[in-house]
Amino acid sequence: MNIQVVLFSLLAVVAIATGILLVTRRNPVSAAVSLIMHFFALAGLYLTLQAQFIAAVQILVYAGAIMVLVVFVIMLLNLGKEDALQEKFNPRTALAIAMSAALIMQMLLAFLSAPTGFNEIAPSAEKIGSPAEIGNVLFSGYIFPFEAISLLLLAAVLGSIILAKRNIED
Amino acid sequence: MNLTSIPLEYYLALSSIIFVIGATGVITRRNAIIIFMCIEMMLNAVNLTLVAFSAYLGDSAGQMFVFFVMAVAAAEAAVGLAIVLALFRSRQTVYVDEVNLMKW
Repeated sequence: MNIQVVLFSLLAVVAIATGILLVTRRNPVSAAVSLIMHFFALAGLYLTLQAQFIAAVQILVYAGAIMVLVVFVIMLLNLGKEDALQEKFNPRTALAIAMSAALIMQMLLAFLSAPTGFNEIAPSAEKIGSPAEIGNVLFSGYIFPFEAISLLLLAAVLGSIILAKRNIED
Repeated sequence: MNLTSIPLEYYLALSSIIFVIGATGVITRRNAIIIFMCIEMMLNAVNLTLVAFSAYLGDSAGQMFVFFVMAVAAAEAAVGLAIVLALFRSRQTVYVDEVNLMKW
């Protein structure tokens, strides 16, 4: 057991546990907090893959900006604990859990039964994940998607202002 | 089992587990904000797959895709939460099963 394997196992357990917490918590605020921990675990996993820039952006954008917005909306709407659907046991939830379990089994079987042969991170991975290299590639090969995404963000900002405003005419 | 480094399959398996947990949340929960958070978790699971492939194949295209997925997720967060706010203002609820005006 070396440090890589220990780190991966630890972060994977944290990521799965906080994911399950998010789905099962009745209180939206504790669900949001577990999602923040989930994002930190994923940032750690990106670091084990030598993707430093993506890990930093993950914490800044997801754990920072998006989750602040979510928690803000939860507080604004003053949401309490979610009351369960009509009865204690409902067939819809049971069916959903059974089908998810089947899907997980199927995917795990598919991934773990046929090894891909990629057992080591590529030697160039450290260079690829650095902010300088990301910037180089982004502004040379991906300049059109980059400009398109800025238009998308502008449209999203305008759209959310229109949606959240009480009366457009005022 | 003697592991000295982690094979690519382990990242794919972890990412599929996270994705399915998120999908289960989308199906079973009633609170629109928690459904929204589960969708974010599913997007993150896909991001993990892309970064893993990028690192193991030594190709930067995967990380570019993650960058764009994050930008789309940020746009989705703004619009999605604005929709939840507008919904709460007109119906006083965020439970998706109580919003049934267009339900057949």
